[in-house]
Amino acid sequence: MSTITGAQALITALEHEGVDVVFGVPGGAILPAYDPLHDSPIRHILARHEQGAGHMAEGYAWATGRVGVAMATSGPGATNLVTPLADALMDSVPIVAITGQVPTSAVGNDAFQEAYTTGITMPATKHNYFVTDVDEIPQVVREAFHIASTGRPGPVLIDLPKNVLTATTTWREPGEISLAGYKPTVDGHPRRVKEAVDLIAEAQRPVLYVGGGIIKANASAELRRFAELVNVPVTTTLMGRGAFPDDHRLSLGMPGMHGTYTAITALQKADLLIAIGVRFDDRVTGKVDTFAPHAKVIHVDVDPAEIGKVRTADVPIVGDARRILTQLIEAWAGRETPDRHPWLDTIAAWKRDYPLRYDQQPDGPIKPQFVIEELYRLTDGDATLVAGVGQHQMWASQFWRFSDPRRWINSGGLGTMGFAIPAAIGAKVGRPDDLVYAIDGDGSFQMTLQELITAASEGIPVKVAVFNNRSYGMVTQWQKLFYGGKLSASVLGDDVDYVKIAEGLGCAGLRAETPDEVAPTLEKSLAIDDRPVVVELVVDPDEMVFPMVPAGASNDEVILGPDDLGALP
Amino acid sequence: MKHTLSVLVEDRPGVLARVASLLARRGFNIHSLAVGPTAEPGMSRMTIVVDAPELEQVKKQLHKLVNVVRITELDPATALEREIMLVRVAAPAGKRGEVLEIASIFKATAVDVGPSSMCFQISGTPAKINDFLDLVRPYGIVDLVKSGRIAMAREQKTKPGRLRAVN
Repeated sequence: MSTITGAQALITALEHEGVDVVFGVPGGAILPAYDPLHDSPIRHILARHEQGAGHMAEGYAWATGRVGVAMATSGPGATNLVTPLADALMDSVPIVAITGQVPTSAVGNDAFQEAYTTGITMPATKHNYFVTDVDEIPQVVREAFHIASTGRPGPVLIDLPKNVLTATTTWREPGEISLAGYKPTVDGHPRRVKEAVDLIAEAQRPVLYVGGGIIKANASAELRRFAELVNVPVTTTLMGRGAFPDDHRLSLGMPGMHGTYTAITALQKADLLIAIGVRFDDRVTGKVDTFAPHAKVIHVDVDPAEIGKVRTADVPIVGDARRILTQLIEAWAGRETPDRHPWLDTIAAWKRDYPLRYDQQPDGPIKPQFVIEELYRLTDGDATLVAGVGQHQMWASQFWRFSDPRRWINSGGLGTMGFAIPAAIGAKVGRPDDLVYAIDGDGSFQMTLQELITAASEGIPVKVAVFNNRSYGMVTQWQKLFYGGKLSASVLGDDVDYVKIAEGLGCAGLRAETPDEVAPTLEKSLAIDDRPVVVELVVDPDEMVFPMVPAGASNDEVILGPDDLGALP
Repeated sequence: MKHTLSVLVEDRPGVLARVASLLARRGFNIHSLAVGPTAEPGMSRMTIVVDAPELEQVKKQLHKLVNVVRITELDPATALEREIMLVRVAAPAGKRGEVLEIASIFKATAVDVGPSSMCFQISGTPAKINDFLDLVRPYGIVDLVKSGRIAMAREQKTKPGRLRAVN
């Protein structure tokens, strides 16, 4: 058997896992791995910052459902990966990060570019490895991919000292995975499933409250079958947008702080929540004590620690969402589909009386919501949307009509500004035939804009809409509503020329400043396919995101619009 | 309220840090912690005494650690709990007899004698050790070290509360 280096074993192991692309930035300690990577069929995409590489791996994983891979060197390379790792942990995104480390003889000696990577990333990963034996590399890679992609998905990091990468070994085919402490539950307990079905049959005002777990489990088709079978309306959280089609008669839209009045209120009035792949996040529940006060709860999640964490479940079911939805459908067999008339009529009335709204004047400033609706119209909704974090993210989630899973990508849990550009790049690499449009704010954009160089130089034609309100819009919104209008450190006030930036970084740059310029400018952006496009949209800096439930308030206190601010405490 | 957790873990570098870090993240103070090998090769057992109002969520979070195999919460009323202590008591020549008398009641063994002090080794339940300490304290405690508490469930007639998953 021929002798190979640890680095060669690593790259071979990645090939065996089916990896087709690695997002990374090289450096001293990881250099040995970059040598065989150069000769491998695996494509390497050179990010301009390790944070970008990490978000690219996330975007790739979101879009494809496969494990995204990021690579970085020791020290600052690894610490720059911490934000995407924490982001992936919060949003259950399967990624594997590979970091170089100083040689084992230098570990702990404050060597050049040394950081205690496994220690720093311990609370930011699902699991991590510090490899000291070159022979273990294939097995560790196999385990890392298994842990990242099964159960509740998440990030796994493998830290490889330089001397382990250069040491020689012979290829050892990784064996069966046997992890005594890691055996995710897949099937729901049959008795619990039966109890759930009985509750659903008895309920008068049930709501399906579903999130990212449906998308991670590829359970959208089963969800739709089930919702129609039991005739229960569905609200999709920020993480679950696209899990259920927005144009379906049973769709309520998004719940929570900036959700639709209908979704928020349906949860408040419900007598049963069928919660699947959700974690009762504070942005959804508002004040927990007053959230869905009349509802019994069926809680389905693959992570037992989520059940009962925030809200006690009357029927807890641990397992894979797709598998459990199938079990629920089977357990329902023989029952009739309830007509649920009074409840569905009430919901239809809320939808009619309290739609999402904004006011675009023909000669006024551009309203950001109008841009989302125009983009939807021009693309027929046939695009993957990737958002940064802030007002623009909420408007995109509210006004796009999602119909498919994995075509809405955003940073929900950690709320990482700067997520959009690199995540869009990763998504486009994963699904090159899809139109990938990033919706970004000017604040978010400025955090990772250098990755446009990556997109341009690697030939990844993403499109980026920059909603320029010359401020951290969500911060100014809170300051206007809750801090007496004192705009402390939130107005960017700069005269950045986004068109020049785009052109300077190898992209096309476009700008729209009035409402009538929006459609033609967006059309132009759709026509360019040989390089990335940045579209600056100069939007109304005074526009706020509504509806809004103030942080910590009860979901009974929805502020519907700027004319409804009397309700503020 | 103090809770005793018996945690079976894979014997890997960093496992202790993972467990300790998770408890710290929840703001729980570790009262005592003892780690050692078990009868199963490759496995270690941690006995952790933590001060916390309730542990359900922490137990579930601990289970998420890949190297944690099994967690059992032991009921202090029924579990076997033991500690070992070395205590050096001030005991000049004239006081040695009194101190030795107390020690013999508690089956504490004198392991070192010097001109001004004696060192005892005592093992037993945490309550017994505390009682012994209370009695020798008036003589003056020069130094003291305790092992972490170790604990084991008694053989049960009913099934022990093993926590694998919610259902």
